[in-house]
Amino acid sequence: MIFQNVIWVVTLTGMGLVALGFIYAITQAGRPADAAEAAQANRSSNTLRRSLFLALLLLSIGVTWASLRHFPIPLQHEPLQAAQVVDVVGHQWTWDVSQTHLTAGEPVEFRVTASDVNHGFAIYAPDGRIVIQTQAMPGFTNKILYTFHTPGTYKIMCLEYCGVAHHGMTAELDVAAPGDKS
Amino acid sequence: MSSLELYPQDERLPRGEHVAFNLYMVTALLLFVLMMLLGLTMRTTQAEWAPVQAAMFYKIMTMHGAGMVGTLSLASTAVMWFFLRKYVSLHLWAFVSNYVLFMLGALCIIWAVFVGNFASAWTFLYPLPVHSMGLWSNGAAAVFMIGYLLIGVGMLLFYLDAAAAIIRRFGNLSRGLGLQWLFRGTIDPNHPKAVVASTMVIIANTLGILAGAVVLVMCLINAYDPEVALNALVVKNLIYWFGHMFINATIYMGVIAVYELLPRYTGKPYGISRPFLWSWAVSTVFVIIVFPHHLLMDYAEPRWMLVMGQIISYAAGFPVFLVTAYGVLTNIHRSGLRWKMPSMLAVLALFGWAAGIVPAIIDGTISVNRVMHNTQWVPGHFHFYLLLGVLPMILTLLYHVVGSRARAPANSRADRLGLTLYVVGGICFSMVFLYAGHMSVARRFAAHLPEWVPYDRAGSIAAMVLILGMLLFATRLIVGLLKAPADVDPAHRTG
Repeated sequence: MIFQNVIWVVTLTGMGLVALGFIYAITQAGRPADAAEAAQANRSSNTLRRSLFLALLLLSIGVTWASLRHFPIPLQHEPLQAAQVVDVVGHQWTWDVSQTHLTAGEPVEFRVTASDVNHGFAIYAPDGRIVIQTQAMPGFTNKILYTFHTPGTYKIMCLEYCGVAHHGMTAELDVAAPGDKS
Repeated sequence: MSSLELYPQDERLPRGEHVAFNLYMVTALLLFVLMMLLGLTMRTTQAEWAPVQAAMFYKIMTMHGAGMVGTLSLASTAVMWFFLRKYVSLHLWAFVSNYVLFMLGALCIIWAVFVGNFASAWTFLYPLPVHSMGLWSNGAAAVFMIGYLLIGVGMLLFYLDAAAAIIRRFGNLSRGLGLQWLFRGTIDPNHPKAVVASTMVIIANTLGILAGAVVLVMCLINAYDPEVALNALVVKNLIYWFGHMFINATIYMGVIAVYELLPRYTGKPYGISRPFLWSWAVSTVFVIIVFPHHLLMDYAEPRWMLVMGQIISYAAGFPVFLVTAYGVLTNIHRSGLRWKMPSMLAVLALFGWAAGIVPAIIDGTISVNRVMHNTQWVPGHFHFYLLLGVLPMILTLLYHVVGSRARAPANSRADRLGLTLYVVGGICFSMVFLYAGHMSVARRFAAHLPEWVPYDRAGSIAAMVLILGMLLFATRLIVGLLKAPADVDPAHRTG
């Protein structure tokens, strides 16, 4: 399943739960409670809040562990030992890409920097979704390690606003299937 | 604890304060409408319905960003001032100076953008302001940055006056924040929530504005002496430290209106508690150190800062969900709430804040940010909690004040129509951004790929509906604000 679609469903679920909480309270808001009901509601509310705190805490710890256990960004000061290496330099408003023909199934190291201002180096898959990105910043080199799984034409777009022709700053990568030398 | 009296005497505005408050709020309402129209122009350009040239698009984008952030700050500062002055002695000159400096700063920004052609986005990421490829001069960049500095100086003046007033009344800022009751002691039930929130804002946003001032001065020096080269990553850290706190401070100032006013419409006391004090204490720290979540795609950033950015993004949700939003829900639950414009807007504001930070928190995850950063997911989440959270907080106070001047809470059919248009338009507008973001539509593009245009058209229609609602609000509120204050008899105004 496409990662962005998972994020979308999780987000809608979270926002929906918040909305449900508000809808419940709003539907009850017009009926004033007497003193006994108010005291009972107060006790229930405190218990529910403690449970919610615990649930959110466990969720946060779990997601943090799962998402950082294998750190999603490669080490920046060590050789990445990738079979394919691509040097990328962003300029206003072109990409200088050292190698545009790549092979799927083998890791690619992208070394991304900029010569003038900040740019955003994002790779779009043939289906139009972003697969990976980093910033291209003058004076720094950000390293990405990525393995293309599907052959096809990938598009590079600039995702950091860099001036008047920012939206036209694109390039392409041709990713061939393993063993395909054409 | 704040009063349950609907229009208490200590909130009445003497002549000078009345004029100052009206200046702030009428200016803000007009600017909100103007900035929304600029935003609509961007969306209709992307939708290919009424396109403007790319150079104009990016100027509008710069103006819209700087204008909206500044206007939200101006209006939410007035919210903080309106309530804080009841508890501590504020000087009117500081409040007015902030307005004057804001207007001077705004004029600089408008000149820089529309005369000087400056278009570096409101975040002015170095070195773009001095690397325009001939589209604007260093002079235009300098005027823009001086505009920011003037606005920052005005805010600092106001904060320093407020800090001094809190220290005079409570002894120090720590006691204003209620830290003495975090672990032990009987909490003073009359300790005002407005003072707790204001103290937090003063601490955090003063640091943010100082960081902003440092980076602006660095950039100004570099503009005229390029040999004084800057480190782009350090500059970016400082900009986001400033920018994140500046925009977040608007929420924390605005929410004071909800704390103060909602209980008057529910008739239920909304007391101060230890969880409340804890939430504001930790929020003070979180808002200061969470900014690296804006730099998750800068892999050169130290790894511990990226990890901190993710973890604090998650942690920052706890006070919002479990204390403020939950507190509002328990306050309205079984309360016999009177559904008037201020109470409806207050509930909307907390919903907008709580729901809007869900996609924000999720985007604070490094692996999520890797595919969502700088897509329309980002304007999606911040438009959600600014349009449906912060702006309704400000409108809550304005409708309340207008109600006090008309001797009855505002609740006309036109008001309700405005609210319906605003909510439907606001939710659709923000959700279209979020949907487009998950489809990888880039933000800040003057021209879109053909497959992205349908989202832009849907967003444009939603924006028009939203702006219709805002126009109704603005017209109604400006007329209401300019009416003479009513001679309220408190005996007939109890909640």
